[in-house]
Amino acid sequence: MNSGRFRTRAWGTVVAAGRGFVLAVVAMTVSVLFFCLSLVSIALIPVGVGIVTTPYVLTGVRSWANWRRVLAAEWGGQRIPPAYRPVREDANPWERTFGMLRDPATWRDLRWLAVDMTAGSVTALPAAVLPFYALEGLLMPTGLWWLVAGPHVDHGPYWYGFVPVQGQNTAFAAGALGAVLVVAAYALTPRLLHAHFRLTRAVLAPSRGELAERVRVLTETRRDAVDVSAAELRRIERDLHDGAQARLVAMGMDLGTVEALLDKDPEQAKRLLAHARQSSAEALTELRDLVRGIHPPVLAERGLGDAVRALALRLPVATEVTVDLGGRRADAPVESAVYFAVSEVLTNAVKHSGADRIWIDLHRTGDVLRATVTDNGKGGARIGAGTGLAGIERRLGTFDGVLAVSSPAGGPTLVTVEIPCA
Amino acid sequence: MRVVLAEDLFLLRDGLVRLLEAFGFEIAAAVESGPELDRALAELEPDVAVVDVRLPPSHTDEGLQCALKARRARPGLPVLVLSQHVEQLYARELLADGTGGVGYLLKDRVFDAEQFVDAVRRVAAGGTAMDPQVIQQLLARRQGDDRPLARLTPRELEVLELMAQGRSNAAIAERLVVTERAVAKHTSNIFAKLGLEVSDDDNRRVLAVLAYLDHGR
Repeated sequence: MNSGRFRTRAWGTVVAAGRGFVLAVVAMTVSVLFFCLSLVSIALIPVGVGIVTTPYVLTGVRSWANWRRVLAAEWGGQRIPPAYRPVREDANPWERTFGMLRDPATWRDLRWLAVDMTAGSVTALPAAVLPFYALEGLLMPTGLWWLVAGPHVDHGPYWYGFVPVQGQNTAFAAGALGAVLVVAAYALTPRLLHAHFRLTRAVLAPSRGELAERVRVLTETRRDAVDVSAAELRRIERDLHDGAQARLVAMGMDLGTVEALLDKDPEQAKRLLAHARQSSAEALTELRDLVRGIHPPVLAERGLGDAVRALALRLPVATEVTVDLGGRRADAPVESAVYFAVSEVLTNAVKHSGADRIWIDLHRTGDVLRATVTDNGKGGARIGAGTGLAGIERRLGTFDGVLAVSSPAGGPTLVTVEIPCA
Repeated sequence: MRVVLAEDLFLLRDGLVRLLEAFGFEIAAAVESGPELDRALAELEPDVAVVDVRLPPSHTDEGLQCALKARRARPGLPVLVLSQHVEQLYARELLADGTGGVGYLLKDRVFDAEQFVDAVRRVAAGGTAMDPQVIQQLLARRQGDDRPLARLTPRELEVLELMAQGRSNAAIAERLVVTERAVAKHTSNIFAKLGLEVSDDDNRRVLAVLAYLDHGR
């Protein structure tokens, strides 16, 4: 009766082993790379070169840390809020470099890189190794002992754990130990991986003493939010003023002239009426576009899932959408933020990536809403000053959202947006 | 012809009632909310329903949901849905049952009274009336990677667009200022190039074209 549960659990063990392996490998390679790059770049600041390179390297470090935040949430259920000070978009390299270096989050990142490439990969490794080591023990009595110990019997026994494997009998002993380890792996592997994520969290999360820092970040993101909404209002005002409003004025004038011309020149009056109708149709079209930019009607009518589906149907690229939001609607501002983030990412993908397929995944786990957009284009997207992605990151900041971009040259591009929603 | 009308804004509802009455329709009921529409559609058995997508009390897509529910209860019940914005997603849901008698238009189309009334009549007769914007979106999306579509001549594309909106050969001929025979020839070329089965039935023809544009084959 428990075979289903057993199977999920066993599958969980295999998945955890795979994840442990991936984490151990990336911690040992990518984190080392970023750590060395950062040290070199910071060391080169007195020479001048570092001032140019440091912002790029540190931005790379941040997106790498953000990726690991996403993984920690997705694989380990550990939410690690980011707390970077926003960098002004029009800052010069000098301000940018020192702005980032003054941010305690930067130093926390560097400390984390050092921990991640050592303790981080060590804590991820047992989860990857234990199940395979256990399997090796189980296979010993079936003849594997001969392969590993047979040919080298002169050099002494092959040690499987504390069992010296020399022949069939000791192989059985190793098998017994293997069996014990299989049970241990079955029970422990997912939990072993948690140790890794707890470590990541301990180093990467802002500590209690940094509550003041959190308050500062909130102040800044709030200022960003106010800026963004003020700019939005200005844009709406301008669009209304130059668009619909102007057309209504023209219509009113046309109609006034029609009134005067009705008896004198009915032909001309007719033409003007047609013109007035045209103006009203154009005003409607403009208003419709404006409304779509403020709050898309489908979002109001159907919620995030269908709004993104409708968005995908408008793309000129074949797009697959999977939605699993558990039938619940998030708060309207969160839905709207995710919608516009996805919309912006899609616009980028269509414009710049040259992709001919896009996959969108909307997913809600617990209190986290995650949107992933993948395309098979040529890659090379990055969160830089002035790009659409930087704008998204700024707007997500208001919601403590995270943006993670993986876009190696040659593709594929994978953009993940994560936003907490209670 | 008896019409049930659902529209929550008084000015628009009033305008639509006057417009339809001027063209000889009988307004069986003009309601302003989802529950009222539900009742009217179930009890009055109209020849056609003209429904706004967004209705109270929820102010979501309540009108569309009522229309879809009524069509499940009475398959083929002619429904013309009006909206401030058109979405392929909604068009797809309306067309999903493949029975026809469906319209989906922007509210702006009311400006051209004759065309609008023509659309209402067409839907009432079991035909289709799809907003030009829906069709243009469909075409724009399919043109990128669809080889058969790329083989159509510009004229044939024009005919396809009008056909997908639900117009008959006669109406297309009038619109493009050509003879009906010329349109018929374009139509059979289009069907041959897209690999669709030719049908004499106008409604089925439109549905086949729409299905092709939406999903390809």
